[in-house]
Amino acid sequence: MTSAVSSGESITLKIDDKDISCRSGETILAVARENNIDIPTLCFMEGLSVWGGCRLCLVEVAGSPKLQAACATVCTEGMNVVTASPRLKEYRKMIVEMLFAERNHVCSVCVSNGHCELQDMAVKLEIDHVRFPYRYPHLQVDNSHDRARMDHNRCILCTRCVRVCAEIEGAHTKDVKGRGVLAAIIHDLDQPWGESETCTSCGKCVNVCPTGALTHRGTAVGEMQKKTDFLPYLTLMRRTES
Amino acid sequence: MSISATLPRPPTDDKRWKIVETTMRRNDFQPDALIESLHSVQQTFGFLDIPSMRWVAAALKVPLSKVYGVATFYHFFTLKPQGKHVCVVCLGTACYIKGGRRLFDEVRNRYAISEGQTTKDGQLSLLVARCIGACGLAPTAVVDGKVLGKRSPTELLSALDEALERKQES
Amino acid sequence: MKPEELTSMMEKARADMQAFDHHINVCTESGCISLQSDLLLKTLGDEVKHRGLTEKVCVKGVGCMGLCCNGPLVKANTTLYQNVKSEHAPAIVDSLSSQPVQELLCDTQQPFFTRQKLIVRENSGRVDPESLIDCIAHGAYQALLKVLTSMTPQQVIQEIADSGLRGRGGAGFPTGLKWATVAKAPGTRKYVICNGDEGDPGAFMDRSMMEGDPHRVLEGMAIAAYAVGAQQGVIYVRAEYPLAVKRLTKAINMAHRHDLIGHNIFGTKFDFNVEIRLGAGAFVCGEETALIASVEGKRGLPRPRPPYPANSGLFGCPTLINNVETYANIAPIINNGAASFAQIGTEKSKGTKIFALTGKIKNTGLIEVPMGIRLKDIIYDIAGGIPDGRAFKAVQTGGPSGGCIPADMLDITVDYESLTKAGSIMGSGGMIVMDETSNMVDVARFFMEFCMTESCGKCVPCRVGTYEMHELLDRIYEKRGTLDDLQLLKDLCGMVKQTSLCGLGQSAPNPVLSTLRYFEHEYLDLINQAQASEADRNAAAKGESIKLEVLS
Repeated sequence: MTSAVSSGESITLKIDDKDISCRSGETILAVARENNIDIPTLCFMEGLSVWGGCRLCLVEVAGSPKLQAACATVCTEGMNVVTASPRLKEYRKMIVEMLFAERNHVCSVCVSNGHCELQDMAVKLEIDHVRFPYRYPHLQVDNSHDRARMDHNRCILCTRCVRVCAEIEGAHTKDVKGRGVLAAIIHDLDQPWGESETCTSCGKCVNVCPTGALTHRGTAVGEMQKKTDFLPYLTLMRRTES
Repeated sequence: MSISATLPRPPTDDKRWKIVETTMRRNDFQPDALIESLHSVQQTFGFLDIPSMRWVAAALKVPLSKVYGVATFYHFFTLKPQGKHVCVVCLGTACYIKGGRRLFDEVRNRYAISEGQTTKDGQLSLLVARCIGACGLAPTAVVDGKVLGKRSPTELLSALDEALERKQES
Repeated sequence: MKPEELTSMMEKARADMQAFDHHINVCTESGCISLQSDLLLKTLGDEVKHRGLTEKVCVKGVGCMGLCCNGPLVKANTTLYQNVKSEHAPAIVDSLSSQPVQELLCDTQQPFFTRQKLIVRENSGRVDPESLIDCIAHGAYQALLKVLTSMTPQQVIQEIADSGLRGRGGAGFPTGLKWATVAKAPGTRKYVICNGDEGDPGAFMDRSMMEGDPHRVLEGMAIAAYAVGAQQGVIYVRAEYPLAVKRLTKAINMAHRHDLIGHNIFGTKFDFNVEIRLGAGAFVCGEETALIASVEGKRGLPRPRPPYPANSGLFGCPTLINNVETYANIAPIINNGAASFAQIGTEKSKGTKIFALTGKIKNTGLIEVPMGIRLKDIIYDIAGGIPDGRAFKAVQTGGPSGGCIPADMLDITVDYESLTKAGSIMGSGGMIVMDETSNMVDVARFFMEFCMTESCGKCVPCRVGTYEMHELLDRIYEKRGTLDDLQLLKDLCGMVKQTSLCGLGQSAPNPVLSTLRYFEHEYLDLINQAQASEADRNAAAKGESIKLEVLS
């Protein structure tokens, strides 16, 4: 879980030249956000386990030759973190461009247009074109579920849906098949979603999906808005109830 | 999917399911025995079909999607039945440098099957390996489990002739 | 087994061995078996039996003798024979008491043999890997005995640290330091894992070790377990190595039967059990955290580190992971002492290293050489240079994570630092030699295709980046590329290297970067050719349109 149990011990560090104190055990990402320092993320979601796959939250830590994922790196005493160097900005741009080149993202016809984290990220990072060759893969839209729809063309494989299904709902209906660029989200034994024996139709996956890959049926272009408040609420309630 | 405290019944009455069951039992039906169990299924039946994955999932109490995810992650597992004979051409670096690609092309052209495919009569499957560790003898191929080192395309084709004939006699 | 028993077993086995007048050793590793050495072994055995010589002549299967290209290899007493076939069996048995078989002789005085230094592989080619007794006769488990009866875990770790041994899997992390970290990690349940998932195409040192001397690997693991405080060991082996799996399984069973692993080993309080876990074909599982996920029965996905496996590894317990060759180094270090090990090699790279020589080279096979040897000596002296009168172009080390070293760099010494400085890495020990007929853009494309299909797909830079780099390399190689494509390729290399989650992605650009560094002209040639033919096409098209205008 993201909110690693903090021992309560107070430590101090520097993020973007700002002196900050936090409790030991907290991640760089959590501390940065508490202090209104924005670090972009796509696969991270408060309340779900850390994935570390989108690589957008990479930051520079003085003394470390490698870039560190802010979502997965715990703060240590005296740490000096840079979150937005020109190099990091350039890498982030390239990563998001790659996501656009990987599958078929056409915002103008997407139900999530205007409410899409990938789209917002492209705007935030000032991406005006994609310099990589597009893959144009032939992908399916799974329309078999009576309440929701999975469009693989718009999936960025962040696995938030997989994690919310396994960790919060406890159904583990979803997982990933294959590997590399051929990897894809599946339901049970790669059967149509509507025929899944384990799906409870709870709808959590739709709400955590950052793009228009998972949407409610019957929504028109730009209508789909995700509600993610349930996740911190459920996490909190589970802690108090148990 | 059904969940029961006791071991679920195997997909069919085939006695060979016992072999897989033994593998799972040896591992105490722990979820971490998933890959071992899938190996056992494939070794016994030649491939992983949906009923076998369903059974392994229930026996080890692993979610269905996870079983499918694992089965498709690893190259070694196949979800399609293999031909009676299997020809694996190594395309690791050493074999590639020494003309492994030519071995592959010759077999592909002659039997009109590409990577991962089986001839229509179900006699021969053609697979590609990423290095079988016999690089000193590149280029290499494996026919029905037997490693053949330093083979020219013609030699490999005649080895395949031999293998295909052998089975037809028996 | 009690300590005295091991010694008496060893003495008895040695006496039994000496009772034979003659010894015939046949290589029965995957390589030679692919040239039917298994049949040869049987024929030789039958021949000896047929002549009533079973009490005088000992025929046994052994591990690799190195010169795989001339296999099957047979050693009759001190004479080495090459390219031996079953029909040669009578002649070889004849030769035991007369002159050697001239046409099969393999010169053991050639540099291939004389320039090697066998420490890790000292028993490979000498012991029958399927016989525990034979291994014990050659000193197996003596180091474990010494450790359990006369050394504390701290002393063992100190000894390994003093030896200067570094991980043989690729990165070269100091082994003693790794052991000390696991030993210090809190927790009563700890694991030692042996990484036998030799995924680098072109590398087969670990296969040879597991097939040729499996007890040495087990012994190394047991010593490591004692040192770090673990009771359970796991050997993770590729399913593509069925013979290694078979021999390791047999070795574990035999060692168990004689209480060399199991409960209260040598009457001490030390317990150690080992099990084998099969890989299933995923290069990424060479990465520690992905390997652990695979042993746990999951998709082999890496995860961000820290926490390192030394603190939180298999099932969340402190876990030591070393590769096969590293464990195989342990027994000789304990037996001969750290100082004697540290004498070999360079200041920072100690001991010997096993390399798999393959590609366009005369002698292909396995060699063990002292660290610090010149690359040139390996290529031209030991490996005998390039066949067919062609010119050497480059040697690729380190597999898909490594790089190509050109002819004018062959004076460098073979150690972790200088290979890294040359833009490659030591890696696990594959050395693939290319001659002038190899195109380096094609080589880079080959490796990128490998990385693309082996990318697990978890992180974006590796998943999409390897695809894009392969696409650009394909364009350039197929003469469709532009200078812009080349620049984009360079940008991608830097980005994928810096941002990928695990070692696979971080090193995937290496083959491109190293070929760009030394052979950029080959990229530029292809791009120039592309531009030339593009210009031709344009000119032709222009010609067409002019003609049409005239016609209309």
